[in-house]
Amino acid sequence: MSSGTLKVTTRGDREIVMTRVLDAPRRLVFDAFTKPELVKRWLLGPPGWSMPVCEIDLRVGGSYRYVWRHVNGNEMGMGGVYREIVAPERIVATEKFDESWYPGEAVGTLMLVEQDGKTTITQTVLYESREARDGVLKSPMESGVAAGYDRMAELLASQMQKEARES
Amino acid sequence: MTPDRLDATFAALADPTRRAILARLASGEASVMELAEPFAMSQPAISKHLKVLERAGLISRGRDAQRRPRRLEAKPLAEATDWLERYRRVLESNFQRLDALLDQMKFEEKKRGRTKRHGKTPIARRKHQ
Repeated sequence: MSSGTLKVTTRGDREIVMTRVLDAPRRLVFDAFTKPELVKRWLLGPPGWSMPVCEIDLRVGGSYRYVWRHVNGNEMGMGGVYREIVAPERIVATEKFDESWYPGEAVGTLMLVEQDGKTTITQTVLYESREARDGVLKSPMESGVAAGYDRMAELLASQMQKEARES
Repeated sequence: MTPDRLDATFAALADPTRRAILARLASGEASVMELAEPFAMSQPAISKHLKVLERAGLISRGRDAQRRPRRLEAKPLAEATDWLERYRRVLESNFQRLDALLDQMKFEEKKRGRTKRHGKTPIARRKHQ
């Protein structure tokens, strides 16, 4: 069953905060985030992508490495180092994409809070600067940004209809 | 669409004045003067915005040499909004896959729990070790 949609907000100048409720106890959620054979089954992105590399050395100072591959051969990689691990409630790790579209390294914090058998996860990403954070937001991560563009899409659709009628 | 083009499109769309200009052009072509009208902005300032939109391929100039009307180019915007929507769905599609995985993990845990409870005899326990 679906447990609610993803919420994305900002906090301060340099953070993006995402929350999502999952219908499972947090020790299972923690496993799903930290065991490579489980991570590979859901952290995939759009259709056509698989995750051939998922290495996780789950200890403070240990590193992780993710690589995604598209059926067309394109690859995208990222990785980082664990700074803090409190199973099953908290993980702090650095993150950097191989071909990053924002400057510097970011720090991600995953928090898991369980209530009545459900787990609320809060993922916070702290960027090096406001510019880096805003650069990520300008990419369409935040649904509020996307909502603004949805309005454009509507206008556009009516314009295209008009053009079709005229031609 | 190339990443550069997409960057230019998103950079162009990141400004409220430029979005308003595009919205205005969605209802038909307009001259620079007409476009400047609703804004408390000088014509050169508007021209600057128009240049950004033009470079991103979001608008073009009409045939009337006198008025030089700008008009909306539908295709790059359609490609950008398309890409946006796909991107926005990516994160949520990950979580929907995670929902399904967690359901399965819960089910398997319950199943294991049942076998454990039923497996009171040494033989049954051995089977599952």
